[in-house]
Amino acid sequence: MLGGFSEEQIKRYSRHIILPEVGGKGQKKLLSSSVLCIGAGGLGAPIIEYLAAAGVGKIGIIDDDEVDLSNLQRQVIHGGNVGMPKVESAKQFVNRLNPGIEVKTYTERLNAGNVEAMFKEYDIVVDGSDNFATRYLVNDACVLTNTPLSHGSIYRFEGQVTTIIPHEGPCYRCAFEHAPPPGMVPSCQEAGVLGVLPGIIGVIQATEVVKYLLGIGELLTGRLIYYDALNMTFDEMKLRKNRSCPVCGEEPKITSIQEEIYGDSCRIW
Amino acid sequence: MVIRAGYGDKMVELDLKGEVCPYTFVKTKLKLEELESGEELVILFDHAPAVENVPRSLKNEGHKIMGIEQPEDKLWKVKVRKA
Repeated sequence: MLGGFSEEQIKRYSRHIILPEVGGKGQKKLLSSSVLCIGAGGLGAPIIEYLAAAGVGKIGIIDDDEVDLSNLQRQVIHGGNVGMPKVESAKQFVNRLNPGIEVKTYTERLNAGNVEAMFKEYDIVVDGSDNFATRYLVNDACVLTNTPLSHGSIYRFEGQVTTIIPHEGPCYRCAFEHAPPPGMVPSCQEAGVLGVLPGIIGVIQATEVVKYLLGIGELLTGRLIYYDALNMTFDEMKLRKNRSCPVCGEEPKITSIQEEIYGDSCRIW
Repeated sequence: MVIRAGYGDKMVELDLKGEVCPYTFVKTKLKLEELESGEELVILFDHAPAVENVPRSLKNEGHKIMGIEQPEDKLWKVKVRKA
């Protein structure tokens, strides 16, 4: 044991420990950190993969879906597991990659009843969900529980990603106050998605999570990266805190999580 | 100069015989993290490339190399002061 690390850990995390910005101290921070990943799909797969590899000590994964053959075009951790609950498949993947990581699985949908207690257990939340109802629920619950959030979303060839530190910087609602009306947004099945796209966006989210946990670098707070895979461009938009934001503004209308605000997450896409 | 572990009041020795790069540096770094600024560490290697690599990496992180010596054909001692 050197610095509290086993020989196996010294070897596994050596490329982190060598970095001046990480070192043994930083690696210990990661090992004692906890991250909740919303969804184990296109975004969740690379997020879970890299957070486990990096040595984030506890990873919570919530998803109520099962692995489908059509997922494997992009959900790289679920190979060979068609028909298995995604959280179980993800847990198996993590156990093979890095058995030292604790995985807590939730085979359920995120809802008004379970969200706040769940978020309080984790240092940061990563949103890999695929619908607006969950996205707004996650944002509002993060603001109300003061939990940092990495937001990512994808559509066909495009993705966006930002980091939300509640009250310090803008939240998702500061930029996008309400979800588009139902029917305005096509579902994933109708829209299609380039298989590598969630890899790019998910790995940027994982990068932000690791930086946040280590306390290094500049986070994407108040900035939104817009990625266009077809033209291979990364654009950055400034986001500002909205004083009249319904959840983090000066006179918030949303002061607790009520199911009716979010509606039926299957209907509101 | 002659390096002797034990002189001065704050001297720690780390035996890295049998270790190769990059673990020579990784383990040196982990040991240094346990020390206070200004404390000194003597590292023992038998891996020749480490004699160049480890002091360079330590200097990059701001530590001071106080001396390097080779008491035997395949044994090196590096003394470093923590930044």
